Amino acid sequence: MSNIIELSDICKRYFIGMPNELEVLHGVSVSVKDGEFVSIVGESGSGKSTLMNIIGALDRPTEGGYLLGGVDVGALTQNELSQLRKKEIGFVFQTFNLVGRITARANVEMPMTYARTSKRERAERAEHLLGLVGMGDRQKHKPNELSGGQKQRVAIARAMANDPDIILADEPTGALDSETGKMVMAIFRDLNKNHGKTIVLVTHSLTLAAQTDRIITLKDGVVVGERAGGAAEEMEGAGL
Amino acid sequence: MRFADNFLEAIGSLRTNKMRSILTMLGVIIGITAVIAIMTIGSSMQGYLEDSMSGFGINNITVSLQSKNDEGPAFRVSAFPSGGGIKDDDLMTDEMLSDLKAQYPDEIKAFSISESVGQGQTVKGEAYANLALSGVNPEYATANSLTMARGRFISASDEDSRRRLAVVSDKLVSNMFGEENPLGKELTVQTQGHIDIYTIVGVYEYDDGGLTALMGASTSSDYDTSTDVYIPLSVAQRVNNSHGYQSFTIVAETGVNSTTFGAQAEAFLGRYYSRNEDYGISAFSMESIVEEVTSMLSTMSLAIAAIAAISLLVGGIGVMNIMMVSITERTREIGTRKAIGATNAEIRTQFIVEAVVICIVGGIIGIILGSILGAVGASLLEFPARASVTSILVSVGVSMAIGLFFGFYPANKAAKLDPIDALRYE
Repeated sequence: MSNIIELSDICKRYFIGMPNELEVLHGVSVSVKDGEFVSIVGESGSGKSTLMNIIGALDRPTEGGYLLGGVDVGALTQNELSQLRKKEIGFVFQTFNLVGRITARANVEMPMTYARTSKRERAERAEHLLGLVGMGDRQKHKPNELSGGQKQRVAIARAMANDPDIILADEPTGALDSETGKMVMAIFRDLNKNHGKTIVLVTHSLTLAAQTDRIITLKDGVVVGERAGGAAEEMEGAGL
Repeated sequence: MRFADNFLEAIGSLRTNKMRSILTMLGVIIGITAVIAIMTIGSSMQGYLEDSMSGFGINNITVSLQSKNDEGPAFRVSAFPSGGGIKDDDLMTDEMLSDLKAQYPDEIKAFSISESVGQGQTVKGEAYANLALSGVNPEYATANSLTMARGRFISASDEDSRRRLAVVSDKLVSNMFGEENPLGKELTVQTQGHIDIYTIVGVYEYDDGGLTALMGASTSSDYDTSTDVYIPLSVAQRVNNSHGYQSFTIVAETGVNSTTFGAQAEAFLGRYYSRNEDYGISAFSMESIVEEVTSMLSTMSLAIAAIAAISLLVGGIGVMNIMMVSITERTREIGTRKAIGATNAEIRTQFIVEAVVICIVGGIIGIILGSILGAVGASLLEFPARASVTSILVSVGVSMAIGLFFGFYPANKAAKLDPIDALRYE
């Protein structure tokens, strides 16, 4: 299997007024295979969110190379980055970020309006995706009429709208109780196993990370460990 | 994103904050309402004026003696023929008129001449009618668009024979004779210093030409309203003991620019008066009056447009302000949209469309309110309401332009937001 995401020696520095610079990532190299379910774990301040933003083409690295599906992301213009986010990547956020004034279905349709999908196709696909995440009977509800778990399921359906290859989930269960968190994780596993999506999960929870294929541990802006999933207890023992 | 989607999104977002949207629109609504209302009244007034002016004959040029010592046309005090300012030598003569006709045969259709004898009354028993006695030539009827109800107008042979005949208004007839046939009846007319008897040969339809409504000066009751009684010009001249004209009207051929030709006629006749110390010639046309009124109205419209522009500016700033607030509130939404693939241009378009929709909806409400207000205003002033199509079209354009102009800055600010910062915004 080829690498769909390939980060090499990524540095990210923020200028917080001369002469001070804050380097958040110090030469991170990570690669993710097509169809893999990977988690990035680390404490707050470890740089995992910054890495996530770079993978999601929302941010550019200060140094280093990033190939996404063989495309050099560093060389793309703003509009090309938008195209990439629209077609190749689906985002799932900790706080859902649904648009409150429109229905669940309209939220799922939104990425498709930017892809200029026809109205009928949009409706059909949104309906299908909401069914997939078990929200088929809540299509006309607005986000404030939904529970946290339901909102996140709508958000996952939205991330799937333009059928991207990669789903990036940033603490997707962070605002949910453990039961609904499990349900959300089950959906991710289903998307990975049965729909072939490459999923990158950013979390600080080792329990969640343990459910993924591979765990990449980040600390103070460097990768300190990579291991196969299913070894949560072991890592907790290591004090991470 | 397709335009239709943008439009629907904008409507949806405006409906979410109905009260705020309406208050934001208010500035635009008030501005457009004011413009449309005043423009409708102005256009009704102009239409009315043009209609009533054309009734007086737009091709008529009035030529009169004008005192060289002061402004304004001179008037001869007919009751004191010898004591007034105008001497017989000063008056315009038949020779001058025939010279003018010879000089401009293609421009002049006819001369319409009238000579005032004076205000007066006719009384028969209880009945009476106020009148103004004027001597006129046969062309007077066409020049002044008189419509005959009965009988005939003064003819050329009446002029030659100097018979004491009169053409009266239907109003005078109803005062004096009721339903009786007035033709052939005798009319005793008292003017200052004279009592004369005239035989009625014709009745014309009285039309105040809308002047009383226009001036709002109709203080006397309908019964007392003074109407013109026309007698042959030759008879009037004999009564007045005059041998010339202090004013007459040139009926220009159709297609002649009466403003230009009026100036030519004034210059031509002015030569006869180059050595006259007291009097000169002044000519003006109905067309020039209409032009003057029209230009006055458009100056007024311009002044109103300037005031409206200020109110629209204020409205536009209101729209901009609300857009800024809305964008701040929706920062996370903007971040999310960018994360799911919206380009900067798409974000910008979305908010510009929203601002334009606010303004156009406000503009349309303003046009409707303004038209209603204008129609009510016009009918209160007793003009037939006439919509000002130009101002409606301009209003739609202007409100769209306001939306574009005042929506651009906030929309551009939204477009330039950094998606990461926007997503993190609390």
